[in-house]
Amino acid sequence: MIDAKVLERHGVKPDEYERILAFMGREPNLTELGIFSVMWSEHCSYKSSRVHLRTLPTEGPQVLQGPGENAGAVDIGEGLAAVFKIESHNHPSFIEPYQGAATGVGGIIRDIFTMGARPIALLNSLRFGALDAPGTRRLLENVVAGIAGYGNSIGIPTVGGEIVFEPTYAGNPLVNVFCLGIAKQSDIIKGVASGVGNAVYYVGAKTGRDGIHGATMASAEFDDKSAEKRPAVQVGDPFMEKLLLEACLEVMQTDALIGIQDMGAAGLTCSTTEMGSRGGAGVEIDVSLVPQRETGMTPYEIMLSESQERMLLVAKQGREAEVERIFEKWDLHAVRIGHVTDDGLLRVKERGVVVAEIPNRALTDEAPEYHRPMSEPEYLREARQLDLDTLAAPSDQNATLLSILGSPTIASKKWIYRQYDHMVRTNTINLPGLGAGVVRIKGTDRALAMSVDGNGRYCYLDPRLGAMLAVAEAARNVACSGARPLAATNCLNFGNPERPGIMWQFAKAVEGIGEACRALDVPITGGNVSLYNETDGKAIYPTPTIGVVGLLEHADHVVSRRFQESGDAIVLLGEGRGELGGSEYLKVMHDLVRGVPPALDLDAERKLQALLVTLAGERLMRSAHDCSDGGLAVTVAECCFDTNGIGAELSIEGAGVSREVTMNTAAALFGESASRVIVSVVPEHVTTVLQRAAAAGVPARVIGQTGGSRLRIAVAGEIVIDQSADEAERVWATSIDKHFAHRVA
Amino acid sequence: MRFGIVVFPGSNCDEDALYAARDVFGQDAEYLWHKDADLKGADVLILPGGFAHGDYLRTGAMARFSPIMAPVRAFAERGGPVLGICNGFQILLEAGLLPGAMLRNRGLKYRCEHVYLRVEQTDTPFTSAATAGQVLKMPIGHGEGNYFAPPEMLKTIEANHQVVLRYTDPQGRVDEAWSPNGSVNAIAALCNDARNVVGMMPHPERACEALLGGVDGRVIFDSIVRSPKGFALQGIGRRLQPSQTA
Repeated sequence: MIDAKVLERHGVKPDEYERILAFMGREPNLTELGIFSVMWSEHCSYKSSRVHLRTLPTEGPQVLQGPGENAGAVDIGEGLAAVFKIESHNHPSFIEPYQGAATGVGGIIRDIFTMGARPIALLNSLRFGALDAPGTRRLLENVVAGIAGYGNSIGIPTVGGEIVFEPTYAGNPLVNVFCLGIAKQSDIIKGVASGVGNAVYYVGAKTGRDGIHGATMASAEFDDKSAEKRPAVQVGDPFMEKLLLEACLEVMQTDALIGIQDMGAAGLTCSTTEMGSRGGAGVEIDVSLVPQRETGMTPYEIMLSESQERMLLVAKQGREAEVERIFEKWDLHAVRIGHVTDDGLLRVKERGVVVAEIPNRALTDEAPEYHRPMSEPEYLREARQLDLDTLAAPSDQNATLLSILGSPTIASKKWIYRQYDHMVRTNTINLPGLGAGVVRIKGTDRALAMSVDGNGRYCYLDPRLGAMLAVAEAARNVACSGARPLAATNCLNFGNPERPGIMWQFAKAVEGIGEACRALDVPITGGNVSLYNETDGKAIYPTPTIGVVGLLEHADHVVSRRFQESGDAIVLLGEGRGELGGSEYLKVMHDLVRGVPPALDLDAERKLQALLVTLAGERLMRSAHDCSDGGLAVTVAECCFDTNGIGAELSIEGAGVSREVTMNTAAALFGESASRVIVSVVPEHVTTVLQRAAAAGVPARVIGQTGGSRLRIAVAGEIVIDQSADEAERVWATSIDKHFAHRVA
Repeated sequence: MRFGIVVFPGSNCDEDALYAARDVFGQDAEYLWHKDADLKGADVLILPGGFAHGDYLRTGAMARFSPIMAPVRAFAERGGPVLGICNGFQILLEAGLLPGAMLRNRGLKYRCEHVYLRVEQTDTPFTSAATAGQVLKMPIGHGEGNYFAPPEMLKTIEANHQVVLRYTDPQGRVDEAWSPNGSVNAIAALCNDARNVVGMMPHPERACEALLGGVDGRVIFDSIVRSPKGFALQGIGRRLQPSQTA
C-alpha cells in the first residue's frame, strides 16, 4: 500500500522511509506516513540546516528564552520581557499573495501571544522582482493588502520594515514577518504538555481541508505547476485571531494552564508532538472530537490540516471549568480532545479506535539530520571581479543622485506603509520611514527599537560577509534610534539545499551571522529557515534577514533620521572607502551586481554603535541616519526629507579608487562603506561630540551643515551636487506611487 | 468625569481610548463589554475604533445588534455625550444615531497617515474647547471612511450645521487633493441634530502626547473634560428633544 509513488508524493526519500520502518518496527499506515512526512519536512525538522544553526550564539545574560520555543525572549528591565521572532511565508505568498501574506502575519502573532506576551509591534521584510516587471505590481499590491488586512484588523501596528526590488525574486518573492510582544517575565508560558491525565484542549477555528501539506510544499521548489498547489494555502480570519488573542491572554492570567501552542505548520500533528516532546510526555487525542468545518474528513486530513487560528492547550486538573468559561466569554469553545499520557507516544484515535501511534522522539529529536555536501559555487569568481576603470564614469552626479533616489529599492515606501495601521496602541514614537521602528512601553520610561535588514546582493557576492553586514546594519539602525541592541532573530531564505553551491551559501551565511552576533553581543533567540526558494531551477540570492531588538532607557531620547533645524553641524561618524561592490549605484547606473561587498570591521562597528547610544543618552545628537544603501549622498538627501525643506551643504574627499576623477567622485558619493552614520549636532555640542567619538575610538568629523533649500555637496573641493532639496524629495517620494498611477489616487 | 469605553469583540482602539481618558487626562474610565446592558454610571461614552465583529459584512453592521447598544441609544436620546471614533463612527451610522453611511475609501485602500482638519462647529461636547476655523492635525487609519449621504440628507445636515470637522489642506482650505478618502463635502466628523452624538474618522486618542508626534487630539478630550459634569445634558445641544435622534 505504501509504494514509491506514495513516498514521492509525501516528499519522503527512500532512505528516510527505511528510518521510519526502523522506528515503527512495522509498516506505517497512511496517516502515520503523513505525520512523518510533515514532521520530517525541511520546514518542520530543519534537517539540512540544524547542524549549522547549532553554531549560532544563543546565550547571554539578557536572554530569557533562546531558540526552541515558540519565540525568543529577552530581559528589558522592570520585570518585563520582550518576546519576538521573525518567520517567512514565501511559498504561500507566491501562490496566493493576499492570503499567503495575511496568514504569515497571523502565524507570527500566534507565536508571540502563545508565550504569554501581548503583541505590540509588527515589521516585515519583503522582496519582489523589478517593480516594472510583469506580475510584480499584482504581487506587491496583494501581499501588502494581505499584511494590512490582517495586522490592521487585529490591531497590532506595523511600525517598520524594508522592501527590495531585484529580478532574482521575480519567481519567488520573500515575505518575512516579525512580531514583538511584551510580557511580565513571571508570566511567560511555554509549549509543554505534562501531568498524566491533564486535559488537552482544542480552541479556535474549525479544522478544514485547507493547508494540507503546506509544510511539505514549503520544502520543495516551484515550477510551472505550482499554481495548482493553491488548495495548500490557508485562509486567514483576523477576527477569530483577535478573539483567540484576548481569550488566551485572559486564560494565562489565571495560572490554570500547563502549556499552550499554536497550530502553525503541520497543524495538530506538530503541536501535539512538540508539546509532548518538550514535556517528556505523550499526548493522546481523538480526531472525531476535533471541531470540523467540512464533513467526511479522514484522520489523515485532520492531522495534517493547516487551518489557521487554532490553539492547543493543556489545562491543570480541576481548573478546566475556569478555562472553558473564559473562552465562552469570547464566544470561543474550548473542546477537550484528549489528555496527557506518560508513554512518550503521539496516539491518535478516531471514535476510540487507534489510527496512529508514533514515538514523539521519532518525530522530533530523532528526525533526520543531514550534513549536506557543500562547494563554492562557480559564479562567484566571475561575479566578484570589478574593474571600475572599464565603466563609463557618470558625467552628471546630480542626475545620478536623482536616478538612485528614484530607484524603487531606495525610494520612499509611503505608498506601502500608509496602508498599514502603524499607530494603533498609541505607542509608536518613530513612525515608518524614519529609521528603526520604536515603540514606548506604557507604564515605564522605556521604549524598544527594532529593525529588520537583509542584503541579498551582498550575500550573493559573499554570503559570509553579506550576512555579517546584515547583522551590523540591523543593529546599527537600532543604535541610530538611540537604543542599545539586545538580541536578534533571523529568517534564512535560500535555494535548494540539495545543491552543494546553495548549501555552501547557507553555511557561510550562518558563519557570518554567528561571528557578527558574537562581536556585537546580539545573540540569536530564534527564527526560521526557508529553503527551496527556487523557481524552475533558479535560486534567489541567498537572503538572510536579521531582526534586531534594542532598548531605550528613556523613550524621549529617541532619535530619527530627519534633520531638525537649520544651522546644525553635519557629522560623519566612521570612514568612507569608496566601496562600490554590490552597490545600488552599480545596479542602477550600470545594471551590474558585481564586485566585493564593503569590508566590515566588527570592532569598529561595535564602537560606533556604543557611541550612538551614548550620544542619544546625553542628547548630543539631533538626528542619526545609517549610511548604507545608496551611500553618503543618498543618506544625506534622506536626512533632508520630511523636514519641511531643510537642505544641507557639505564637503567630502574623493575616494581614490579609480584612475578616473569622476569615478572617484561617484565612489565617494555613492560607495556603501559600512559602519558609517550621518548625525546632526547643535553647534555648541560639536566639540563634545567629537571628544566622545575620539574617546570611543570612532573616526568623526564635521562635513557640513544643515540649512538652505538646496542639497549641495562638494567632493575634493568641487561642487558636484547642487540640487533643490524639494525636487530631490519629490523624485524620492513619488517613484513608487507612479507605478500605480493608472489606479485612482 | 467618568468615561465608558464600549468594547465589542474586534474593537482594537479600546485600550488607546481608555489610556487617553485615564492616564493622559486623569479621568475615571471603564470598559463596557458589549454583552452587558450596563453603562456603569458613565458620564460620557466612547465607541472606539477597530473591526467590531470582524466587520466582514459591512463596517458596524453587526455591532449595532450588540446588547449594549440599547442603553447606548437610550443614553444618547437623553442627551448624554457619545463619541464614535473611526469604527465607532461607522457603528453610530449603522445604528441610525447619526445620518448617512460609509463607503470604501476612494482609492480602495486602507490609509494610515496624518490629515488636516478644520473645526466647523464648537457647540458640541467634543469641540467646545476648539475655535471655529481652527486647523487640527490628526492621524486617520481606515479603509472605509468615505462618508456618503444622499443629496437631500446632505442638504439637511449642512443646513443644521452638523458637520463638525472637514478634511482640508494645512491652511484649512477644503481641497479634494487633501481628502484621504473622498468623503462628500470633505466630511470628517459629524454630529446629530441634538449635537450630543459625534462621530469622527480621525483618531484624537492617537494625538494626545508630544511623544507620539502631535497633541492636536487633546482638544477633543479637553472639550468634554473641561465641561461641567452633564454639560451636554444641560443644554449645549441646541434643539435638544429627548425623543429626537438624527
